[in-house]
Amino acid sequence: MTVELQTVLLIGAVMFVCGVVTMATKRNAVGILIGAELVLNASNLNFVAFAYYTSFGIDGQAFALFGIVLPAAEAAIALAIILNFYNNHMTVDVDRANDLKQ
Amino acid sequence: MIQTLINSWPNALFYMMALVTVACAIAVVVTQNIVRAAVWLLFTLTGTAGLFFLLGADFVGATQLLIYVGGTMILVIFGVMLTARGPFVQMKTASGEWTLAAIVGLTLFGLVSGTLISTDWSRTKKSEAAVKAGEGITEANSPTTMQLGLEFLGVPPQNPKISRDPAGIGYLLPFEIVSVHLLVVLIGAAYLARAKRRKATTS
Amino acid sequence: MSDLIHKILLPLLYTVIIMLFFQLQAIIFVWLERKVSGRIQDRLGPTRVGGKFGWLQTIADGVKLLLKEDLIPRDADRAMFRVSPYIVLCGAFAAFLVIPFAFQWAAQSMNVAVFFMLAVMSVEVFGVIMAGYASGSKWALFGGMREAAQVVSYEVPMAMNIVPAVMASGTMNLNDAAQMQAGWFWNWMCFHDPFTFFAAIMYLVCATASVKRAPFDLAEAESELVAGFHTEYSGFRWLIFFMAEYASMLAVAWIATLMFWGGWNGPLPVAQWLTKAGITLGTWDGPSFIPNVGGRILGLLNFIAKGYTLIVVMMWVRWTLPRIRIDQVMKTCLKYLLPITCFLLLGAAAWPLFVRTRQGGQIGGFVAAGLLLLIVGKAIVSTPKSAAQGRREIVYK
Repeated sequence: MTVELQTVLLIGAVMFVCGVVTMATKRNAVGILIGAELVLNASNLNFVAFAYYTSFGIDGQAFALFGIVLPAAEAAIALAIILNFYNNHMTVDVDRANDLKQ
Repeated sequence: MIQTLINSWPNALFYMMALVTVACAIAVVVTQNIVRAAVWLLFTLTGTAGLFFLLGADFVGATQLLIYVGGTMILVIFGVMLTARGPFVQMKTASGEWTLAAIVGLTLFGLVSGTLISTDWSRTKKSEAAVKAGEGITEANSPTTMQLGLEFLGVPPQNPKISRDPAGIGYLLPFEIVSVHLLVVLIGAAYLARAKRRKATTS
Repeated sequence: MSDLIHKILLPLLYTVIIMLFFQLQAIIFVWLERKVSGRIQDRLGPTRVGGKFGWLQTIADGVKLLLKEDLIPRDADRAMFRVSPYIVLCGAFAAFLVIPFAFQWAAQSMNVAVFFMLAVMSVEVFGVIMAGYASGSKWALFGGMREAAQVVSYEVPMAMNIVPAVMASGTMNLNDAAQMQAGWFWNWMCFHDPFTFFAAIMYLVCATASVKRAPFDLAEAESELVAGFHTEYSGFRWLIFFMAEYASMLAVAWIATLMFWGGWNGPLPVAQWLTKAGITLGTWDGPSFIPNVGGRILGLLNFIAKGYTLIVVMMWVRWTLPRIRIDQVMKTCLKYLLPITCFLLLGAAAWPLFVRTRQGGQIGGFVAAGLLLLIVGKAIVSTPKSAAQGRREIVYK
């Protein structure tokens, strides 16, 4: 496969920016979580690319494994928080989450 | 002619998978419907798993499918469906915010891709011996599982061309910390999501 | 030229063969299910279409389904409604990529074959959820949600029950794991140590739940939710769901066969006997026997027979046991199966520390099998002879 490292990293960069823009524009709290998942996947892709192309070796894949397990845990907690918020306020619109603002 | 087709088939496959991933990632941003966004994210994650397989990380790719697609995405979809009632399925953002987000996003993309393209990656390339040693890494007998297992047990593979850390410690401590972390997250999520009486407040 | 063959023609051939097999087994299973269910219910099953045994009944069913009206409900999300059967189909089909049908006859031999199969089959859940949501009816949504919770929960003990077998064989490559079980039936991985034996049984239970078969078929509970997540699907779209369900049943049955029940190696080493007798079915490479094409065809038939035996067991269980409720399903998984599975994992990991030889393990495996037979036999023997006698015993106690 003669695809270069830069191409794979560029794909990761596109995914990363898509995730950041999703986090910035979505008003739904679950939409923000979706953006966070995209960002973490982009970083995983970078790790695996470095494992394949550079002398980083198998360590890249080990980090990618951590980067799969930890975001799964984070998504669980984030969803628990969102569901609590929904139960209390009947909305998932993050613009309405301004209870602490006096 | 057929020979060039055969030689460029792995590249073509890679570009197809990359196109799917990028297109679905852009679709996540653009779509207004939250359920559609979750579905596009699913396809993005599956495309990423395909890219992992093409980059020789078969264990990581299978883990991505099992945990991300078959676990985290189910969680996200459950969250979407439990909270998607009427007005929350399509929440429109003001166009001023879109413009600002687009400017920030494009700036970030320019910054990151500019750095990527202008870096000289040839200094980090694998040495010739490492390329030869890792040559079979996309073939069927790739030893990634064994190497990963040894690394997580704290015994990194002794071949210094495969692992950067030839006499090092490996990843046993982070592995144990992640196990405890998952236990904590499990208990925390179960506590947070316990059944309570619903307080309806007018906001 | 050999590049052309190896990189384009052979993969195409493998894909075509697997696709044909995938569709053929759906036809066979529909007929088999109707015959098995008929016999269990003391009737004959289909006997009219295609002669005395109703061979062509499935073809007639297929033609009927193709000619049905293609309905999409008004409230349905049209794009998702159309896509979701194909997601389930792709998840089930891709699992066949790494199955070795005989010695080294796998379309793609991967080092993480078992893990890959389990991972790809977990993509089906998403198709089911999408189908439930996109149908626009609350029965479908309930069915989809219940089914997603059930399948995702049962994937955990299912995967954890494979781990003792992986630990015993030392490899996740299905070809190597099956080849290690060559010879007599006591080489099978299920008799490797008592923990792997119980893991083999537990795996079948968890796999039955994971492919949504009775007694865990809340997703398609005909008497409760009309038809669960595929209520609004008719005709060809329903056929896709059905085909995918039977395909995943066969895939999990084949995983069990390859990891626990010997793969293509029979209970008796017939290929080796025939080779010694004169019909060459393979060559001896030291102590291990490498079958040639004839031996591999014999192995293929053996493999298919074992898979179908496990499928018949699944069907037998379906038509015998009543359906269990969704809360009982989740309780069984989380409170009973998961702790037992963790205990088996611990035992299978600690076993080689105490028992060093393979023979010792096999003795342990047979002791476990004998114990299970004893318990099951006692339960069968002590059931009342008839319902009336059972009632009398209860009344007079």
